[in-house]
Amino acid sequence: MLKRQYIPILVTIGLFALMFTIGSFRYTGFFSLQVILNLLIDNAFLLIAAVGMTFVIVSGGIDLSVGSMIALTTMVSASLVQAGWPPQLVIPLVLTIGSLFGWGMGAVIHYFKIQPFIVTLAGMFLARGLCYVISINTITIDNAFYTSVAQTKVNLPGQNFISISVIIAMLVVFLGIYMAHYTRFGRNTYALGGSEQSSLLMGLPVGRTKMTVYMFSGFCSALAGVVFTFYMLSGYGLHAMGMELDAIAAVVIGGTLLTGGVGYIVGTFFGVLIQGVIQTIISFEGTLSSWWTKIVIGILLFMFILLQRLFSGRSWVHRR
Amino acid sequence: MLKHHLFWPLSVLGALLLFNLLYAPEFFSIIMRDGHLYGSLIDILNFGSPLIIVAIGMTLVIATKGIDLSVGSVVAIAGAIACLTISQGDGQNAISLVLIAIGIALVLSIILGVWNGFLVAGIGMQPIIATLILMVAGRGVAQLITDGQIITVSNEPYKYIGSGSLATLPFSIFIVAALFLVASILTRKTSLGLFIESVGCKPEASRLAGIRSKTVMFAVYMFCGLCAGIAGLILSSNVSSADGNNAGLWYELDAILAVVIGGTSLNGGRFYLMGTLIGALIIQTLTTTIYMIGVPPEITLVVKAIVVLIVCLVQSESFRKTLISRWKTRHYPAESEVKQHA
Repeated sequence: MLKRQYIPILVTIGLFALMFTIGSFRYTGFFSLQVILNLLIDNAFLLIAAVGMTFVIVSGGIDLSVGSMIALTTMVSASLVQAGWPPQLVIPLVLTIGSLFGWGMGAVIHYFKIQPFIVTLAGMFLARGLCYVISINTITIDNAFYTSVAQTKVNLPGQNFISISVIIAMLVVFLGIYMAHYTRFGRNTYALGGSEQSSLLMGLPVGRTKMTVYMFSGFCSALAGVVFTFYMLSGYGLHAMGMELDAIAAVVIGGTLLTGGVGYIVGTFFGVLIQGVIQTIISFEGTLSSWWTKIVIGILLFMFILLQRLFSGRSWVHRR
Repeated sequence: MLKHHLFWPLSVLGALLLFNLLYAPEFFSIIMRDGHLYGSLIDILNFGSPLIIVAIGMTLVIATKGIDLSVGSVVAIAGAIACLTISQGDGQNAISLVLIAIGIALVLSIILGVWNGFLVAGIGMQPIIATLILMVAGRGVAQLITDGQIITVSNEPYKYIGSGSLATLPFSIFIVAALFLVASILTRKTSLGLFIESVGCKPEASRLAGIRSKTVMFAVYMFCGLCAGIAGLILSSNVSSADGNNAGLWYELDAILAVVIGGTSLNGGRFYLMGTLIGALIIQTLTTTIYMIGVPPEITLVVKAIVVLIVCLVQSESFRKTLISRWKTRHYPAESEVKQHA
């Protein structure tokens, strides 16, 4: 029988199917596998960042530093590559920086009991500021490795193709699903989001889990930054402005409760796809301006939150 | 004295001012030119006024254990609609046109506040999410109003709001003072403040105690929307243009920071308007100081992040405990024994 907890996620998938169907009937050339694949190609970085964000939100926190961490990663990569560092060294380095950054924020949140909102906000300022310390201009990348990764098309049957970024993103999604549902860390995260006090009383490693969650989110943002570098082939302090909100929106549309404890990575995956479909429909429409994307996403957020309220039995007024 | 809620904010502000006194004494000089006062201190008050206004509204929202992420978008919408009304009306310098524009902008921002209040109090949505909707969609609406362009207006009466001066002081300071007075009197001389704090502690309990907690929440979000609208008018009139994309960007975060620095806890139930005022002044003084001492503007954000972290750490109980226990390297078992029994 259909479990009640799966309803929000099924609605998300249904809505994606519905929007795609409407698009297919309305516009010629919309109904093809390549359009779906393009959604993934254009949103690979958002997908990676949103997977990390899902863990943070499931644990009952929030990470506002995602967008600026992506920008910092593009900036560090671009400047180091420009200085002649090999990409094989740069990429592990930026991933380490991202993980350490996230771990540091997690440690401050846990040990000093400051709200995640404020700590990650400071982290956001810090990362964005560090971008400008490196340079206030765009740094382009003309390294052979980066351009070849950016241009490589992985061919699929039927003349379709994906980029390497999509493969990375899908690996992260599968890793996320595995971590969330098949490891001890995942179960601890859900427990922590359900009730921190109970998890503490149960003897779960609350502090370690919290720090690992933020570390994973930092790692995901850095990886998203690497993929973003492949996509843009440049580093710039204004890259990925406001992407943390896109990621949060994707997580919420995917059926994850912001109060923590409930949520699925698969939902986040479709949350990102829904945002992509909206953008695609708007670009197919042609006459609609890009700001309609924001308005439609706002309306969708509203609908989903109402829906969650209908289906989730728990009262979540003023739980944070 | 250490226990007083204004101790830490005031000492941070004092430290900033002291630093300026030592580093650049001209910081405190105020000169009279053409009947207007000029000086860094006046600038801080003038440029900080939109932030103070938004932060006052935010304080009350946070006092009810809520949060309003949409203030930045409301700032943009209010500026956009006011500039649109003026640019489309005829008689560019007519004062009636300005009044109509201000009226439309303020009514619209109150309506947006009502929307937030409806989501939070009416439907019972989590505040951070409820206002996230307007934060995302609101920027789109602002761009829709301005058609994605920057609307420029050349209207003297409108310009007066943000850059005019009254009795040698910038006019915006008087707006701040009036709003602050009204808010303080309403919350401290009437029982409204008590209601807000009680709702912030436990809405259900205060409802059972006979307080219309939903009405209180509604009112608070409406007030916050109104404050953001006023700030939007000041900001857009200061530069005589409305930019749906960038006006009020990051304002919600600065305002929340100001509130938190001022000693109001994000957990609700207690608020300090004076603390918020000082918090907003700290942020503005910090920005001015950073510019003045010749730090490249690009490092502003890093310095801001570090200061925010320090202020939050200092206010954090467990951080202070950690520090103190480090200082006290010697342990007296008997002492802790006594404390335990006491």
